[in-house]
Amino acid sequence: MRPSSPARTAAVAAPKAVAVRLQGRRFDTGGTLFRAGMLSALGVSVLILVVLIVTLAQDGLGVLTDRLSGFMSGTLRSLPGEAGIHQGLRGTFWIAVFVVVFAFPLGVGAAIYLEEYAPKTRLTRFIDINIRNLAGVPSIVYGILGFAIFVKSLGGLTGGRSVIAGGITLAILVLPIVIITAAEAIRAVPSALREASFGVGATRWETIRHHVLPYAAPGILTGTVLSLARAMGEAAPLILIGAVTGALGSDPNLLDVSSLQDRFTAMPTVITTWAGQAQSGFKANTAAAILVLMAIVLVANGAAILLRNRYDKKRAY
Amino acid sequence: MAITTIDLKGNPRRLRREAAVRWLFFGAALFSVVISALIVFSLIREAWTFVTEVEWKTVWSEGWFPRRGQYDIKTLLVGSLLVTVFGMAVAVPIGLGAAIYLSEYAPSWVRRIMKPVLETIAAVPSVVIGFFVLTFISPEIIQRLRESAPQQTLAAAGLGVGILLIPLIASVAEDALRSVPNTLREASYGMGAKKVTTVVRVVFPAALSGVVASLIIAVSRALGETMVVFIAAGKSGGALFETDPFQGGLTMTAGMASIAAGTDQVVGEALTFQSLFFVGIVLFLITFALNLAADRIVLRFRERY
Repeated sequence: MRPSSPARTAAVAAPKAVAVRLQGRRFDTGGTLFRAGMLSALGVSVLILVVLIVTLAQDGLGVLTDRLSGFMSGTLRSLPGEAGIHQGLRGTFWIAVFVVVFAFPLGVGAAIYLEEYAPKTRLTRFIDINIRNLAGVPSIVYGILGFAIFVKSLGGLTGGRSVIAGGITLAILVLPIVIITAAEAIRAVPSALREASFGVGATRWETIRHHVLPYAAPGILTGTVLSLARAMGEAAPLILIGAVTGALGSDPNLLDVSSLQDRFTAMPTVITTWAGQAQSGFKANTAAAILVLMAIVLVANGAAILLRNRYDKKRAY
Repeated sequence: MAITTIDLKGNPRRLRREAAVRWLFFGAALFSVVISALIVFSLIREAWTFVTEVEWKTVWSEGWFPRRGQYDIKTLLVGSLLVTVFGMAVAVPIGLGAAIYLSEYAPSWVRRIMKPVLETIAAVPSVVIGFFVLTFISPEIIQRLRESAPQQTLAAAGLGVGILLIPLIASVAEDALRSVPNTLREASYGMGAKKVTTVVRVVFPAALSGVVASLIIAVSRALGETMVVFIAAGKSGGALFETDPFQGGLTMTAGMASIAAGTDQVVGEALTFQSLFFVGIVLFLITFALNLAADRIVLRFRERY
């Protein structure tokens, strides 16, 4: 039995429309536009970084090529052609030392406790929430902490508005970041490693020292280096602590420990000071100082990222 | 050789060392609580002096001039708000767009290159962005939009803050999008949905709480950002109440920084110095509430998938 001819053409036409729909031959304009929009958002963020670096290089490379050694060894002076960043480099160097000495051991220790020892009690949960909240406290509030405690209350030890007070404050500022990243790295250690170690009679600390920490080391190192880069770029807490934003008379050697209690400045505060000075020579100086700081921060950052990617790939289990 | 109970108890020296190490690490973890306590303590001590001694009509007046005894907190609050609005206006579309592209569309080689690029933007110190606002964003963007605008404006500072927020939103939102299980995407395709439909109607709503958390964190960060505003928004000693973003202004953070940076011993009215702590505690409470909210949302989100 054959269907009548008009009914048959309709029956053939309908599957054709369905087939076209199923095969998706129609160009998906909306979808392509959406995708292009999302891609351009990503493009804009790259563009911003490129424009940032290009404008800084245009403004600042001249100073670095013309008088590199003078710029590196000079002091904060009112003549743009003579001013340099030596005092700033020294401050930033010592801040990095304080971060390495205080924040790293404390942060890794806290992370080990939270991941390896801590019982699931209320206190543990409180410590955990507390650390995550500390990570979100604005940096200028850490400046208030540093000013009230390390400049005023403990002024006798730190010397007041000194690089010691600034360094310890920035160490405390990055401590939550160190703890969080180190804890993540420790959490990623497979428990089979721990169980094997316990199985041959090792204690908890022996297991941590010989198996957990070596395995987690690249991850921990990545986090610590990232936090070091963060500390070297922070300016707001230093301004509250009283890093010098004008001229600074003394210019001790980089490693002169006896002057640690004196007034100080650091790279970010040097940049802040110069950015506020209208003379055109200081615009070039500011850009040059930024290039130096960015080189330090981005090299540290890049090294950390490379390290992480390298170990991420190597680990099979 | 027979095993005695002494063997099973373990070497006492070894056990003592175990206990000592454990307490040492516990101390390190507890130190973070000490820091929080110290932050609250140092804020409250001086802020209390301010709250008890200030004439309250000066806290709601015509402008923020701490050295002249005018502590109008709403000037600073509005400044912070304007900067945050401009920052979010830049960072939300770009950050979310980048997150969606990286999570849903990007081939793996693009991800491999772009993640470090975003991390590099995140690592740029905020003083650098401050200078970039002064030398580029202000003359090239703001002063073209509004020719009468001065070089230092809240709007320009807001755009600078936006640059800092982009990688933050992008990375947190991308994490949220990627943690949406693939079964949801597959189910959507199985129903015949297009890619864009799947992304907009299925994946994005499923990740919404994580995305919202990323935005809350970004607002908190914008309110706490100091150096961009301090360098690029222009006012330092004080500011009149101003709701026009194309004028110079002060935020809570920049207000605090300029009290501290002004002179060594803060001169002026007796309570100038204490007002810094008062603003500090207001800022601390706002950001604390935002962070806690974001944290809760993220935790709940993690439990779901």
